Amino acid sequence: MENCGIELDIKVPNQTRYLSLIGRIGEDIAKEIDRYSGDRETLAYQINLVLTEAMTNAIKYGNPDNREETVHILINISDNKLFIRIYDYGQGFDINEIPLPDFDALEDRGRGIFLIKTLMDSVEYRKQSDGNILEMIKQLH
Amino acid sequence: MNLMTEIIGENVVIHINEERLDAHNSGDLKLEFQKLFESGSQNLLVDLKDVRFIDSSGLGALVSGFKNATSSHGTLRLASLQPQVKSMFELTRLHRVFEIFQTVTDALGK
Repeated sequence: MENCGIELDIKVPNQTRYLSLIGRIGEDIAKEIDRYSGDRETLAYQINLVLTEAMTNAIKYGNPDNREETVHILINISDNKLFIRIYDYGQGFDINEIPLPDFDALEDRGRGIFLIKTLMDSVEYRKQSDGNILEMIKQLH
Repeated sequence: MNLMTEIIGENVVIHINEERLDAHNSGDLKLEFQKLFESGSQNLLVDLKDVRFIDSSGLGALVSGFKNATSSHGTLRLASLQPQVKSMFELTRLHRVFEIFQTVTDALGK
């Protein structure tokens, strides 16, 4: 696979049973990217993870009135960059206001956004006319 | 969720026969921990040999079990973590919380 011109536009039912499918797609992408000099297994895990975390958030918080039966995910690889966009229809939130997890507090929740921000080079969450977009970018060296 | 429990000495060993521990099945694991502690089990050992992927929900289920263990004056320990799974514990600093063993046998020997 060349590092340019790859775009996957995916819609899956907004059910957690499809997390593994999306994760596998992420792993396959990592394994096919040309000219990637880093650890491919680690990259595969990381893409699997950020897709899983982002899709889980979209399922849990991004569809308050069950108005959408699908989660919409766009994956694009070009210019040695991986772009992932996930669309949701929830109230939204300010991603910069999400605190770091308290590593000593032993909470059951609150690590998902931290993991996404840690593993991706750029993470933005913004409102659009009809919902929100989580956009994540990773440089592929 | 596909798991198997066996009692070995004073330990209940929970073998998680799933490739992924994520938001789809972590709730089941949380409930399993609750049931075991409520029925009087005290020392749980979670065998993660088959788990090659864990997300924040999976980590959360293990943290929930760990807190249950502490309040029940018991333990919840982990064994046989695959390298990428172990790295998730390190990234979230949870490797400082859990007792983690190379194998189930190692854990039972302690």
